[in-house]
Amino acid sequence: MKLALGPILYYWERETTFSFYDEIAASPVDTVYLGETVCSRRHTLRTEDWLEIADKLAAAGKEVVLSSQALIESESDLKTLRRIAGNGKFMVEANDMGAVHLLSAAKLPFVAGPHINTYNPQTLALLAELGAKRWVMPVEMSRDALGHMLRDRPSGLETEVFAYGRLPLAFSARCFTARHHNLPKDDCQFRCMDYVNGLTLKTREGQPFLALNGTQTQSASVYNLIGELNAMRETGVDVVRVSPQAFFTAKILRLFREVMDNRLPAQTANQQMTKLMPDQACDGYWHGRPGIEQSYLQASSAEDAA
Amino acid sequence: MSPKASLELVCPAGNLPALKIAVDNGADCVYMGFKDNTNARAFPGLNFDQASAREGVRYAHAKGAKVLLALNTFPQSDTWERWQAAVDNAVELGIDAVILADPGLMRYAAKNYPNLRLHLSVQGSATNYEAINFYHEHFGIQRAVIPRVLSLAQVEQVVKNTPVEIELFGFGGLCVMVEGRCALSSYATGESPNTCGVCSPAKAVRWEQTPTGLESRLNGILLDRYGKDENAGYPTLCKGRFEVNNETYYAIEEPTSLNTLEMLPEMIAMGIAAIKIEGRQRSPAYVEQVTKVWRSAIDSAKRAPDSYAVNPAWMAQLNKVAEGQQNTLGAYHRPWK
Repeated sequence: MKLALGPILYYWERETTFSFYDEIAASPVDTVYLGETVCSRRHTLRTEDWLEIADKLAAAGKEVVLSSQALIESESDLKTLRRIAGNGKFMVEANDMGAVHLLSAAKLPFVAGPHINTYNPQTLALLAELGAKRWVMPVEMSRDALGHMLRDRPSGLETEVFAYGRLPLAFSARCFTARHHNLPKDDCQFRCMDYVNGLTLKTREGQPFLALNGTQTQSASVYNLIGELNAMRETGVDVVRVSPQAFFTAKILRLFREVMDNRLPAQTANQQMTKLMPDQACDGYWHGRPGIEQSYLQASSAEDAA
Repeated sequence: MSPKASLELVCPAGNLPALKIAVDNGADCVYMGFKDNTNARAFPGLNFDQASAREGVRYAHAKGAKVLLALNTFPQSDTWERWQAAVDNAVELGIDAVILADPGLMRYAAKNYPNLRLHLSVQGSATNYEAINFYHEHFGIQRAVIPRVLSLAQVEQVVKNTPVEIELFGFGGLCVMVEGRCALSSYATGESPNTCGVCSPAKAVRWEQTPTGLESRLNGILLDRYGKDENAGYPTLCKGRFEVNNETYYAIEEPTSLNTLEMLPEMIAMGIAAIKIEGRQRSPAYVEQVTKVWRSAIDSAKRAPDSYAVNPAWMAQLNKVAEGQQNTLGAYHRPWK
């Protein structure tokens, strides 16, 4: 199995992003997805900057994929999409059907990203015919459902699973971070930058529930499938995705790598990760349960107690 | 630019009485679903079985109205046959168009029934003309319903760059997330619109009277707590009150309805093909009231677009049935926050 780093979902300072990828270049990751997928108002990095980082990572031996924005609304969003699709060098992750349209029409291979709704083998086969070389399972899909999907998988098509990070759950035209600061979306003053791992939304009982990330809504809990790597291998998963967080991403990647290479027991890695995560873990979706639920950690702490 | 089609009024038919009332009060089209999770309003007690669907089609066609069938959830590997059978059944029933979201299912429909009219559901999440043109080129869709996230200027760009008819939401409950791209419900309950045709499913809802007020919970998660004088609406996950940075408020969305009556002349001028009214889960009385008002408004805007003005009586009638008795222009209006 290969290890991938997903696109940064947050809005970080320009220098932070550059130094983040310097660290990633030296990390044990096979594939790096780059680019702004959440909000077109976030542009401390322009397309040229992303391409510069892409070249550096490629020189360090990483497979680089450029991710397209998930919610494409305006002509300028489409302009950016056309530049990414026509970059001529790196494969593109399509995160909406507009991107699939451009890439398939140009006969370019692509990754069908997690925001393309691929829920059945018929749709998967269609994407493969259109040029998809890899697809990323929707986050709400379970292991069992994935198993059904892969029974007759199209040949040459890789499967990737979002395995670590706050879950990207929804997109809106509204910016919830701007709303929190009582600002209109078009004059958001880039408040996202104050929340490097998103802005936690709690219930009135203080239970962390969601994380506001501009126009994207995430889970507050961190999806963590480090205990499921063997199950993924058995199910036919080719690539495991870690989603960047502001701190400890390189450490998280190392732990995934060590568990994937059978150099560290998942339990041990999991215990080390609890100190590295911005919130508690969840793994419900993989087990066909509500996404917010957590079974692996509970099982492991029960074993610890015994 | 001349309009691609004369603006049609598309009304919700949650059941046969609602369908008849919509048709009797001037709906050009009604949309309905079968009694299972092949559509995004898979609520108990709602939707059509074979007999009522047949009668609904007969009734609508006899009065010159069209019937659209929503098959707008995403089939899963082990239940694919149910969606496929629903497409077959739609053809057998003489449905005028099916409203689909899943590309695989769309291919099945286009291949097997080349004469069946296909509409792209709002659940298909197509927010730009490249996405819409994809479905047009591959499956020949004739209409697309746009998620409620674009400004009117952005909608106009879409209309100018696609041969596909565009349908916009005009009135009803406002889904603040891009439809087809929201897994909040399955995160909390295991069931979402995409997979199960439900959002914040009733079976996961609990009401509890506590010393601090009436509480609504979804699978145990506290969504809201109501004071003595507050109205408690249906506890949809994104319309609860939450705490962000020690401030408690409707962090995602207030309970409110979308209402675009005042934008009708602009919508007609830019060539919008249809206006959709939300609310298959609402009562026949709601359908009657809303259909009547929108029929009058559309007729008035078509007859004399330059002198069109929103009749205060229309607003008063719509406000009576609006969620939270409030309305908004949503994303069509940019300063929205």
